[in-house]
Amino acid sequence: MPSQNGKGEQPMQPAAVSGMPDIVIIGANHRTAPVALRERLAFSDPEINTALEALKKTSAIHEAMIFSTCNRVEVLLATGNPSAAVEAVTSFICKEKSVSPSEIEGCTYTYSGEEAVRHVFRVAASLDSMMVGEPQILGQVKAAYKAAVMKKSTGVILNRLMHKAFSVAKLVRTETGIGGHAVSISYAAVELAKKIFDTLDDKTILLVGAGEMAELAVEHLMQNRCCGEIYVANRTLSAGMKLAGRFKGKAIRLEEIDEKLETADIIISSTGAPGFVITYDQVKPVMRKRKQRPLFFIDIAVPRDIDPAINKIPNIYVYDIDDLQGVINENIETRRQESIRAERIIDEAVLNFKNWLENLDVVPTIVALREKLQKIARSELSKTLASLKHLNDQDHLALERMLEAFINKILHDPTVYLKNPGVHRNRSAALHLARLLFKLDE
Amino acid sequence: MTLAFVAVILLYLASSAGYLAFLFVQKKVLHRWSYAAMMAGFLFHTGLLGYQSISLGYFPIHNLHQTLLFSAWTLAGVYLFLKYKYHLKILGAYTAPLVTFIVIQAYFIPKVPVEQAAVFKSIWLIIHVVTIFIGEASLALACGTGILYLIQEHGIKSKTNRFFLKRLPSLQLLDSTGYAFIVIGFTMLTIGLISGFVYAQSVWGRFWSWNPKEIWSCITWLFYAALLHERLVAGWRGRRSAIMAIIGFAAILFTFLGVNLFLEGHHNAFTKW
Repeated sequence: MPSQNGKGEQPMQPAAVSGMPDIVIIGANHRTAPVALRERLAFSDPEINTALEALKKTSAIHEAMIFSTCNRVEVLLATGNPSAAVEAVTSFICKEKSVSPSEIEGCTYTYSGEEAVRHVFRVAASLDSMMVGEPQILGQVKAAYKAAVMKKSTGVILNRLMHKAFSVAKLVRTETGIGGHAVSISYAAVELAKKIFDTLDDKTILLVGAGEMAELAVEHLMQNRCCGEIYVANRTLSAGMKLAGRFKGKAIRLEEIDEKLETADIIISSTGAPGFVITYDQVKPVMRKRKQRPLFFIDIAVPRDIDPAINKIPNIYVYDIDDLQGVINENIETRRQESIRAERIIDEAVLNFKNWLENLDVVPTIVALREKLQKIARSELSKTLASLKHLNDQDHLALERMLEAFINKILHDPTVYLKNPGVHRNRSAALHLARLLFKLDE
Repeated sequence: MTLAFVAVILLYLASSAGYLAFLFVQKKVLHRWSYAAMMAGFLFHTGLLGYQSISLGYFPIHNLHQTLLFSAWTLAGVYLFLKYKYHLKILGAYTAPLVTFIVIQAYFIPKVPVEQAAVFKSIWLIIHVVTIFIGEASLALACGTGILYLIQEHGIKSKTNRFFLKRLPSLQLLDSTGYAFIVIGFTMLTIGLISGFVYAQSVWGRFWSWNPKEIWSCITWLFYAALLHERLVAGWRGRRSAIMAIIGFAAILFTFLGVNLFLEGHHNAFTKW
């Protein structure tokens, strides 16, 4: 987990001597900035487009991408001069969003190099989310990247970074169970229902009490294609009718519950009644009439509405709010453990990316190129010498010197070009191409 | 021969390991490979039985070695076939080790020479054996489904151990699949018994001879008949149905092996070792 530094607390690393581009991310998220500030900083889609246009014109910024959701606003950059770039972005945001630098002071974070790479990977893999493991974030990151690509504001470095981020996120999702377990009451109830009933689509739901929690659970059930009948039993019929109307259900009186116990499959109770609304003696005889079809009680009321003894009847399952909370706690624990594995996957990806980025520099590229040529020359020389037995050591030396000179001559022009490819913005691309052409990244 | 036998055992072992890993890790690819390994094992197994039939000149079900080998083959075959229809992947974690266990048993049981009698050459006998074995394999799967049901039900009821909760399918699916297995098994058992009676009539001149094997077969059949009846009439399902499926299979095991080993009767030769 990268430490979070307020902007400016950490001196930016100076640009490498060779002008090696650095990756920088400036942002504010749900942990560092209150929602009021995040709202003001958020970029709409058209705003992102104009902002990217503006950032592209800044000489310190080679590549840029903006990612804005309700929980975070982040600007991702590839730059030859990090401090100037951060300065430019900050002042741009302050101007555009009309906030004063003092307002965002301490609410933003700035990462560079390896830390920035890790941050991007963690965000895409949903490890930095408010709800760790939530699945929407990857789609949002992809959309933001696509917007940047459309504006042609990304280049070799961010393209590679983002593609790696997508594959890492996918790997985390498939290799770890980070997004696999319910972490809300209503979702946990639906998950349990699916373990009792094979399909929910023909199941009848009976709501007892018209509380908000019950409403949420029904919404979740409906999202899971539960589209059987819905009945709402409430003390005041009018409130029941109002809720029933929302789900195209029918309102019934509390006295009618007995009758509905025979047909309902899932019963969600959330009344404010002080005692049990449904008792053991009430349910026990029903199972015979139901021909033992299973019955699932979800009791989200405090104090409880459903007699817990009902759980003892065969083919009836009663879960109260504590039981559901137990499921959730266990799932949160699973997610936490899974996130440790996810961090490990990310560490590895960061290391790989760092290697690639470091090699994407003039000196390592030229060194690698020279080594490759020398290796070829040496192997060809030894093959030739094997059949030329009459040559003496001095002849050998002369041939070696000749090859060395040959390599130097070949490398001269590429070296000059890579060190200064004219429009210096393309250097990363030129290096990338050179490494591809000679297959230096093996 | 022995090589093919070892190949069968190794493939079934691989399948068992894969299915158990699938139970823990829940990766679909594990299931795919385990299923493929079992399929390959089944094909080798089929070849082995075919080779035995041809080289021996009769259907190899005349001593314990042969009957065990054949019962493992039907169990694997019925599972591979029914898995397509009922999509109960996790049942492999029960079936594969069971098949492996039976085949290994068969491997170590000495091959008692069989006297070839004329009474064994009848189409009714073949029908009798094949349908009974398919029925029993299907009821073995019903028993496995029942065990899974009880585990899953316990998980949901007790609210404590959620290890299996995530890994096993829904109660309703387990219940309906188990029911389907019982219906198939019961049907085959019925056909098997009828063909057995017809065969008895053709060789011994009587349908029924109050032999322990016959009596126990009838008891088993009545047990399953009662189970199905109660399910249809009184709605016996879920826990009770699962327990009955397990008891029923225990009765089958006794009828199949116990009667032959502990009681006297006209089937004893088939389990000689």
